[in-house]
Amino acid sequence: MSNFIPGQPLVAVVQRIEIKKLRQGDNLILGFSIGGGIDQDPGQNPFSDDKADKGIYVTRITPGGPAETADLRMGDKIMQVNGYDMTMMTHDQARKRLTKKNEDIVRLLVTRKSLEEAVKNSMGGYQRQ
Amino acid sequence: MSTRKQLVYSLQLDSVSPVLEVCGAAQLSGDPPQSRCEAGMRCESLPFASKIDSLRSKVDLLRLPLALSTKSISSRKSQLGVVWEKGGGGSGAGGARKPRPPPASDMDNESTYSGYSYKSSQSRSSRKHRDRRDRHRSKSRDSSIRDKSVTIQAPGEPLLDAESTRGDDRDDNWGETTTVVTGTSVDSVSNEDLTRLKDLEDSSPLQCRRFLGPALGGVLGLFAVVTPLAFLALPQLLWRDTLEPCGTPCEGLYISLAFKLLILLISTWALFLRPPRATLPRFFIFRCLLLALVFLFVASYWLFYGVRVLEPRETDYRGIVGYAASLVDALLFIQYLALVLLEVRHLQPAFCLKVVRTTDGASRFYNVGHLSIQRAAVWLLDQYYNDFPVYNPALLNLPKSILSKKMSAFKVYNLGEENSTNNSTGQSRTMIAAASRKRDNSHTEYYYEEAEVERRVRKRKARLVVAVEEAFTHIKRHQDDEGSVSSPKHPREVMDPREAAQAIFAPMARAMQKYLRATRQQSYHSMESIINHLQFCITHSMTPKAFLELYLSPGPTLQYLDTSRGRQWTLVSEEPVTSALRQGQVFSLRRLDFSLVVTVTPLPFLNLGEEFIDPKRHKFVMKMQSETSV
Repeated sequence: MSNFIPGQPLVAVVQRIEIKKLRQGDNLILGFSIGGGIDQDPGQNPFSDDKADKGIYVTRITPGGPAETADLRMGDKIMQVNGYDMTMMTHDQARKRLTKKNEDIVRLLVTRKSLEEAVKNSMGGYQRQ
Repeated sequence: MSTRKQLVYSLQLDSVSPVLEVCGAAQLSGDPPQSRCEAGMRCESLPFASKIDSLRSKVDLLRLPLALSTKSISSRKSQLGVVWEKGGGGSGAGGARKPRPPPASDMDNESTYSGYSYKSSQSRSSRKHRDRRDRHRSKSRDSSIRDKSVTIQAPGEPLLDAESTRGDDRDDNWGETTTVVTGTSVDSVSNEDLTRLKDLEDSSPLQCRRFLGPALGGVLGLFAVVTPLAFLALPQLLWRDTLEPCGTPCEGLYISLAFKLLILLISTWALFLRPPRATLPRFFIFRCLLLALVFLFVASYWLFYGVRVLEPRETDYRGIVGYAASLVDALLFIQYLALVLLEVRHLQPAFCLKVVRTTDGASRFYNVGHLSIQRAAVWLLDQYYNDFPVYNPALLNLPKSILSKKMSAFKVYNLGEENSTNNSTGQSRTMIAAASRKRDNSHTEYYYEEAEVERRVRKRKARLVVAVEEAFTHIKRHQDDEGSVSSPKHPREVMDPREAAQAIFAPMARAMQKYLRATRQQSYHSMESIINHLQFCITHSMTPKAFLELYLSPGPTLQYLDTSRGRQWTLVSEEPVTSALRQGQVFSLRRLDFSLVVTVTPLPFLNLGEEFIDPKRHKFVMKMQSETSV
């Protein structure tokens, strides 16, 4: 999660995650919980590095749910949902984007710290060679 | 011999200068005075030969060695037996004699002075003395003309310049560089007389002039009040028979007239019959306006009355009574006008006055309304006596030890260069430039000295507080019902407050004295006043802290004032003092040794807006991180 400069494009290493919604009664659930949003208090986010980051974060994964099988991890920051940008969203708007009833699959772009480090390590290894 | 006389004459002029000692020594040692004369003194030839004769008497006196203490001088003087002639020769310019300034007031009380006039400009203390005298003179004459003779306001001491006896501003080096030429003269006074004179000088005696205005107003007012009654009475007295009888309407008018006159009298007494508290330098314009108006009114009413009623012997008595009633109405309205102009108009604040005292920078801000400069000055002085801490001249300057460090390297120039005045400015400039370039640590010294003084004051204050607390534990109020409880073994004697105060004063006297010395307040509190204050506090069951509040902080000037006398202030202003206050005006109120500089700024215009907030619109949300499961 690189520090963002307001107004400049954000650069991050992201991973594509596809989650198939599970039908449970009348609802389609994804199996995780989100936190954050531009209307929330970013200082209380335990997962973010930059405490001014108002993005949407994954705060909990229900074990055995579709999110877990799709390799979503706790602490991931969701950058895009089905092509829609999630970095400047209110909490409620984000929830609505994720729980659209007419979509069965959500394709997320998520970023996490370990991705950055993995890229750095691989690049470093490359350079050493 | 002539050169010797010349020498003596110049000594006469420069009696307060370091050159004096040189000349005196020259006399004693027999050095040719000529060289000395050229070196440092202003030797002028006198047009008056008679002066030289009178000066001859001084030659004997000058044989005294010039080490100073007044005791030794008076004893030596008695040895020589020189009599100073009072009218001898009129030495120097000017007619009046001025005494030497007495030495610092802790010298003995036996010092005597004689009249001595000089216009020397060559020495520090005489210059200061002369400046003080000039300031006093200009104040007493109310002009800036430098006069050669001095008049003193205090009666009975015509030949003494009391202005010069301010012992507070003592010049510590004074004694070393001056001679006191004394003699048994008629106009010699002792030190106590001089301090008494100083008090007289500071405060002006109650003059009759201050009652002139109110007296005039009183006469006019009385005349105005008596007029309606005269209007009613005169027809009755003069042509009673031809008057038309006038029944009920007249009686009604009589009643209303009587009550209106009563109200007029009561309100006049309430508003205007007060002793004036200040004499203003110029006329108080509104008051004069009102007096003129009243006079005009009453005069025109009398004129009309005289022409239309007295002459043709008017018979319509009801009309006359109505006329008198209308005069009383008009007087009531004039009184309303007076109330508004004199008392009410200036109540709404319009200007802010900043008052700064020149000597120690104490400043205050006051809000006043639309006033003339002189009225504002009077009002301001009332507030000054309440708010400003008392002016203590002993607390002012940087200690000499710090300031003199700068001069010490250059002292060598001062003595020899008195002849060449055109070089002196150039030299002083170079001195100042060199002094500024020289690296000096006077600020650190000042800092440490300040810290030292502070510490000393605090230590003494602690000692004082402890001593007073302890002293107060020695006495307690005697309750009557305790009489039976006290054991017969040590009967307690019952004292009245004065004796109790004297009893417990002894243990704290020393601590008190040292504290007052440390804070330079010792001139404001004598032992008698301390015991009085102690007695006062004991009578009212005050705690030691309440007793000490008088001494721990310098109170307002009013506390130290002797209120039986007036105080003389001079209003210095570029504009006429009856003009109204305006933005940017500056005037000052001058007293003998300090002045208050007043700056006028208008109060800002306030543009007050309104905003209505519905109490129901106060809503809050928690800042939180909500978690939603999707």
